[in-house]
Amino acid sequence: MSNVATLTRRELQATFFSPIAYVVGTGFLLISGYFFLTQVLVPGNEASMRPLFDNMAKLLVFAIPLLTMRSLAEELSTGTVETLMTAPVTDAQVILGKFAGLMLFYVVLLATTLVHAVLLLAYAQIPWQAVAMGYAGLLLLGAAFVAIGLFASTLTRYQLLAALIGAGLLAALTFLMDYLASWWGGDWRTITSAMNLLAHFDDFSKGILDTKAIVLLASVTTFFLFLAVKVLESRRWR
Amino acid sequence: MIDVKNLTKYYGQRPAIDNISFHVDRGQIVGFLGPNGAGKTTTIRILTGYMPATAGSARIAGYDVFSQSLQARGQIGYLPESVPLYTDMRVREYLTFRAKLRGMGRSDRASAIRRVTGMCWLEDVIDRPIGQLSKGFRQRVGLADALIHDPAVLILDEPTVGLDPTQIREMRNLIRSLGGKHTIMLSSHILPEVEATCDRTIIVAGGRIVASGTVAQLRQQIIGGSRVIAEIKGPTQAMCQEIGKISGARKVEANEDGEWTRLLIETAGKDIREDVAQLAARRGWPLREIRLEVGSLEEFFVQVVARQHEEQKQKASAA
Repeated sequence: MSNVATLTRRELQATFFSPIAYVVGTGFLLISGYFFLTQVLVPGNEASMRPLFDNMAKLLVFAIPLLTMRSLAEELSTGTVETLMTAPVTDAQVILGKFAGLMLFYVVLLATTLVHAVLLLAYAQIPWQAVAMGYAGLLLLGAAFVAIGLFASTLTRYQLLAALIGAGLLAALTFLMDYLASWWGGDWRTITSAMNLLAHFDDFSKGILDTKAIVLLASVTTFFLFLAVKVLESRRWR
Repeated sequence: MIDVKNLTKYYGQRPAIDNISFHVDRGQIVGFLGPNGAGKTTTIRILTGYMPATAGSARIAGYDVFSQSLQARGQIGYLPESVPLYTDMRVREYLTFRAKLRGMGRSDRASAIRRVTGMCWLEDVIDRPIGQLSKGFRQRVGLADALIHDPAVLILDEPTVGLDPTQIREMRNLIRSLGGKHTIMLSSHILPEVEATCDRTIIVAGGRIVASGTVAQLRQQIIGGSRVIAEIKGPTQAMCQEIGKISGARKVEANEDGEWTRLLIETAGKDIREDVAQLAARRGWPLREIRLEVGSLEEFFVQVVARQHEEQKQKASAA
């Protein structure tokens, strides 16, 4: 367990030191600030953060792969993976440590958007429960996205490629599924809309606590972390 | 300490190492010598638990590198060839991070870092970012990392590559001083390096062990043994005949140089300088030079590698 904590610290530090994290963080805050101004902080509108949450979730499809692309791809390209994987740590500890480190960075990024809620508070009564639920949803959705991005980063030593694979996977599990669900009917529609991760986030942003969504997002996270461990293990056999 | 049995590793269809077996005793310094692509790094990566072997087994301090990988890795300090480091970290941070991964407590870490920075002359750069350090310092940081947990076995892949002559000498002295306390295996394609630092040498070529032993033992194996070179004034043909009769002389080659004759006498490992000198004195032939030329490890290395290459070519054409 202490190994995971050590690796978590290292990952968090590496993320904080990389310029890309600041570029992505700034971009994310600017764009979500724009959504806040145009869709939430509008006189006469309902005092709800929901439009902001929905747009932030969509934004994460592109922001998170840029945050996670470095994680393993950099170790693979600089060769530090060799010293890491010959130290007495398991592959699962490596992945878990990196996941936790990236999640901490994501939580910090998410926390900075709380400023929007504070701004809103100056003009209106805020439905705190709904806001809390929205953030819980963003946390769970983000965890699934980070796991997918981390998995993409184990596949290649090229960071750009890792970001493209990550964003591609995320877009497939969100926008593509949404699009397919709108086209197809019957069973296919049920399946594709169930695979749309953003649809599961929808409940949260409405302020509903749905165990189905929690279980699904947690399962997606676990599944992709498991895949990442397997890919890392398989790298040894090549 | 290191026990390797029938180790084989295939990359696709091509064997990188083919049925390698060797043993290294506690406290020994062993040089793993071979041309580029001989399978040195592959063997080392299997030993350090970075990749599994296709067949065979390897044990480090009694732990199997595959089934008891974590325990085996705990016994090893490893310096990879490319010396990969986190360039965004400071030296102290990096060593702390690595010591933590080794499960060392706070007070252990502090004393271990003090010990390895002293050993590897890192005091002046301890608080500098690794990205700013020169190749020589990075190599030392890598070695300090390998030594931080005071491992039983130290595995160094090409530890002097990219260093300047002074640094190479320092590195060799450091490695020598670590022998005895640690069991060391270092790979190299530079002969004098192995000659200067190692108790024993294992020569690999084409994924196989082609020779192994101490430097002295390897010298004895040199094909053709040593040569005596003599410059004598006299009738060339008669000289060749008479010297050829001396017991221990195998083949005599003569090169005429004005009125002097330069004789290259191949011997069967016996020093026959005295016999040659006595013969010349008896016949009244003036002798102006006589010396024994001992075959170098370098020559031996080139020979065995060439032979291995030849065998592989034959096998390929036969198949």
